[in-house]
Amino acid sequence: MNHNTTITKRDDFQAWFLNKLLMGMTWPEYMRQMITPFNVAAAIILSVGLPLMGLRYIHGLEVVTDASNEYPWGLFLGWGLFAGVPLSATGFVMATAYYIFGFKRYKPLVRLAVLAGFLGYFFAVIYLMTDLGRPWRIYYPMFVGFGTASVLFLVAWHVATYLTVQFLEFSPAILEWLEAGRTRKWAVMITIAMTIAGIILSTLHQSALGALFLLAPAKMHPLWYTSYLPTLFLASSIYAALGMVIVVSTLSAVFLKKRADDHFLGNLNELTIGLGKGTSIGILVYLALKLVSLAHGDAWGLLGTPYGHWYLVEILGFVLLPALILAVGVKKASVGLVRFGGFHAVIGVILNRINVSMVAFNWKLPDHIHDIIPHWQETAVVLSIFTLHILVFRWILVRMPVIYQDQGFK
Amino acid sequence: MSLDRRQFLKTVSVLTGSAVLGPYTSALASGEFHGWPDRYGMLTDFTECVGCRSCEKACNEVNHLPQPEVPFDDKSVFDTQRRPTAHAYTVVNRYENTGDPGKPIYRKVQCNHCNEPACASACPIHAYTKTPEGPVLYNENLCFGCRYCMIACPFYVPAYDYASAFEPRIVKCVMCYDRIREGKIPGCAEACPTQSVTFGKRSDLLKLAAEKIAKDPERYIDHIYGEREAGGTGWLYISGVPFEQLGFSTDLPEKPMVEEVKGFLSSVPVVFTVWPALFGSIYAASRHHEAYTREEMQHQSKEGGKEK
Repeated sequence: MNHNTTITKRDDFQAWFLNKLLMGMTWPEYMRQMITPFNVAAAIILSVGLPLMGLRYIHGLEVVTDASNEYPWGLFLGWGLFAGVPLSATGFVMATAYYIFGFKRYKPLVRLAVLAGFLGYFFAVIYLMTDLGRPWRIYYPMFVGFGTASVLFLVAWHVATYLTVQFLEFSPAILEWLEAGRTRKWAVMITIAMTIAGIILSTLHQSALGALFLLAPAKMHPLWYTSYLPTLFLASSIYAALGMVIVVSTLSAVFLKKRADDHFLGNLNELTIGLGKGTSIGILVYLALKLVSLAHGDAWGLLGTPYGHWYLVEILGFVLLPALILAVGVKKASVGLVRFGGFHAVIGVILNRINVSMVAFNWKLPDHIHDIIPHWQETAVVLSIFTLHILVFRWILVRMPVIYQDQGFK
Repeated sequence: MSLDRRQFLKTVSVLTGSAVLGPYTSALASGEFHGWPDRYGMLTDFTECVGCRSCEKACNEVNHLPQPEVPFDDKSVFDTQRRPTAHAYTVVNRYENTGDPGKPIYRKVQCNHCNEPACASACPIHAYTKTPEGPVLYNENLCFGCRYCMIACPFYVPAYDYASAFEPRIVKCVMCYDRIREGKIPGCAEACPTQSVTFGKRSDLLKLAAEKIAKDPERYIDHIYGEREAGGTGWLYISGVPFEQLGFSTDLPEKPMVEEVKGFLSSVPVVFTVWPALFGSIYAASRHHEAYTREEMQHQSKEGGKEK
């Protein structure tokens, strides 16, 4: 008899869990609603990129990456790590604003920001592992060899630790979804400690990503190489995060409207304006630092060269312009304009990281601009990982209480 | 600075579990390091090199590298500029001689075995070692293939084996470390039929180079490349034409590359100690403000009640 009860319990659990995964639908229903234009496009991209990633384990890195002896790093790190990590500062910036500084009105966005941060770091690690020669040794800096004078050693430790911290920060949402109230209490108790740990780790590794390039002064274009690189990377990550919260919340409100509740949708317009204000101020702080670094490096004369023109495109078109758009949007209380400015600011940060890690690096080599254009395999793999990123993000948003509040745990 | 203190500080920083704080102690420990005394080096004299590629051949043999596609006596390789690869520790390139167009200049390229190597400061797993003998060695058993050493090397030396699925590794000149330990000289220096590649104590080579330049100022420009560049290299060069004409980077800092990141690394312990105090206080202040406002409001509503 006892035996029978266990079986029933396990069956109950399986049914309950399947119900969670399929969101109350039956398998046929679930599969039917999966066939959408977006999913078909995603499947096509993945069907090209994933086999390529497998082929890498037969023919070596050269199958997937354009990297060479002169260009050891390419799009995987330029896009996945150097652009991906600042855009994932969302968790650290919003958690600090909400829990530490007391910006309580932003509550509807905190979880979304933490999730965006956690997934951003998770996928930054995926990009990194795609790029590593021997990814199965990813734990070596933690346990095998200690390159204590290396900035990358610091980045490795901090990204690993911070990934764990962010998982813990997001864990209340997972536990609410799983209806595990008691464990959730423990997870909530450590919030403040985790948030402060997040501030320490984030300020250090965001700036460390810039410090990585300090080791190669002779290879970098003097307009982008400055001893201010760590500070600039940190300052831009803060406004990147605010801009990214605008982007992610906008996309969620548009594409997952049915899954969001009034708490999220009803407050979003007002909060977006507030975020726009923060982003705009953040950009201006960054722009001031950028000008100080330009003056400090005394590289004014280079502004007249082709690289100088590109530098001006970056700071006028993708730093100053979004700040102005955001300022006007905030002044006019136009949510649309603020959203546009948010997207623009985020693109500006991506452009800056690509400029530092790819355009400015090795600028003196002949055929440089030609050599940094990634080939199709690398692009396909990047698109695949990005697609997976979106799919996982959506999978969580439609299930766990992120853009809606669980009534039981309000 | 002695080995013992460096090792001691490093060990302490790891043992105390302060691996995250580690960069600071290590950066300090290497602060005044000016290179191992009595280390070996090499001197390349470009005015002597005839481009016979004997050094390439000897290097290939003593290091058991794969046979090249183009044989070592084929001079057609000089039509393009080459670099060390996953299959070659050293290559010789040809440059036009602006002074004497009929007599091209040949430049041998390989790892320069820096006094304080950027590759070693870049490596997060400590896979590189600057040996007391001089050669900079790489241990593939520690490497996870991030290739930051290649980013950091100011001389574009380390090459990577992108074609290997499971054992990709960095490949670079080892200055024939094993041969040096056996009392022999590196393969390339032994094979050179002219006086182009000389092996010896770095301090002696510096004197030799200075003597050569002093004795024949017509033949040489007054510069020993590698004496100061990037903090000084184990491999030194003298030439009859300016080094930039031979593709050398002439804008390298004279400090070791690691100096550029020490400022950043020294901020790490500050952040670890000041941030918790600062942000903890801000949190406490905002909680205090909340509680205070709540009390005030309760107080006011009580008083308001009394007045009624």
